[in-house]
Amino acid sequence: MSFYASGSQTVGPYFKLGFEWLYQNDAAGPNARGERVEIRGRVLDGNGAPVPDAVIEVWQADADGHYRHPEDPGSREVDPGFRGFARTPTDADGGFAIRTVKPGRVAGPGGSLQAPHLSVLVMMRGLLKQAPTRMYFPDGPGNDNDPVLALVPAERRGTLIPAKAGDGALEWVIRMQGDRETVFFEY
Amino acid sequence: MSEGNDPRGYRAPFWGSQPPYVHEPYGSTQTRGPRRGPIAIPPTLSEVTGPSFGPELLGAEAADLTAGRGGEPIGERIYVGGRVLDENGAPVPRTLVEIWQCNAAGRYLHDVDKHDAPLDPNFTGVGQVITDDDGRYRFKTIKPGHYPWRNHYNAWRPAHIHFSLFGPAFATRLVTQMYFPGDPMLDFDPIFNSIPDRNARYRLVSQFDWATTESEYALGFHFDFVLRGRKETPWEG
Repeated sequence: MSFYASGSQTVGPYFKLGFEWLYQNDAAGPNARGERVEIRGRVLDGNGAPVPDAVIEVWQADADGHYRHPEDPGSREVDPGFRGFARTPTDADGGFAIRTVKPGRVAGPGGSLQAPHLSVLVMMRGLLKQAPTRMYFPDGPGNDNDPVLALVPAERRGTLIPAKAGDGALEWVIRMQGDRETVFFEY
Repeated sequence: MSEGNDPRGYRAPFWGSQPPYVHEPYGSTQTRGPRRGPIAIPPTLSEVTGPSFGPELLGAEAADLTAGRGGEPIGERIYVGGRVLDENGAPVPRTLVEIWQCNAAGRYLHDVDKHDAPLDPNFTGVGQVITDDDGRYRFKTIKPGHYPWRNHYNAWRPAHIHFSLFGPAFATRLVTQMYFPGDPMLDFDPIFNSIPDRNARYRLVSQFDWATTESEYALGFHFDFVLRGRKETPWEG
């Protein structure tokens, strides 16, 4: 047995069968504390066409920046009403909606502080492995000195920061390819 | 940038062991796979933490895909089991494994699947299990059939079961497919062959297993998953 990670394969067109039982588009949960935010997302392919068969997973910290996970030294203080995970498919127009609370700031490398962000995985037929990205918030705080955003060329940072709509919702377009291809990460 | 207090990262993928985002023979990767290349970031708490799911979420027969529908599904009953390990050889205990598959005739219970093969009223093709303290898991199901897809003329997928695993962190998330030994479709399948290294590719093929084969009842297939493992030190390349 060689101990290197198993190869990834696409979720394919039928992931709803395996994933639907954990569909929840409220990443925080109804009882979580914090500033409520609504995200209206859209996934587009290299032709600019909507992707109607993608699935989005989100992982985030609570409003105080604590993850519900033993590796976080602050996990004992995590908001008991907070969940931290969402999974939602796109609809026929490539759209998805996620409700949550705005996460607090969490530690970054070398004692730095990260701006509030969601960790996001994008999966779909035609993607042989998950595409990891992040969503930041238009008003930060801290986008200007976030240690991860700093690694992204300035002209591409906007792909990770949604626009604020008139009703206060955040509108985020995930582009799989093209001039404005969303920044995807490896870690 | 690393300091003593930073989380230890995960090992980079072994050469050839993971598919590229764009693999021309698999048509839909051409418009859906990112082309600009991912940006490497240091592991932070956001990547080394992740969701966990407890057994209370699972139905009593979640690991038995032949049960719960009022009758026995048609097809060859099999056990699929093994261990979930990490790249350091350590078991991954109490982690969620999700599965989905087509029925013995090669048809998914999904409105997008238009293949002219019968649905089975006694088979949904959906299951979940949580690994035990030693990282072990086991499902009972029926052997999935082959089915055509429209990637190219006369394209047929090798028989496979879809698996989704979480592991301890968002960085260890794995979605893959498990194949069956001796399947003649394997060498013609663009999805299977998207993994460049032959050995890595064939590690997605399960092995027939006498140890879990049950006399006069069902064949057993063994399949181990390896999730990404932590580096030994923050500085390891």
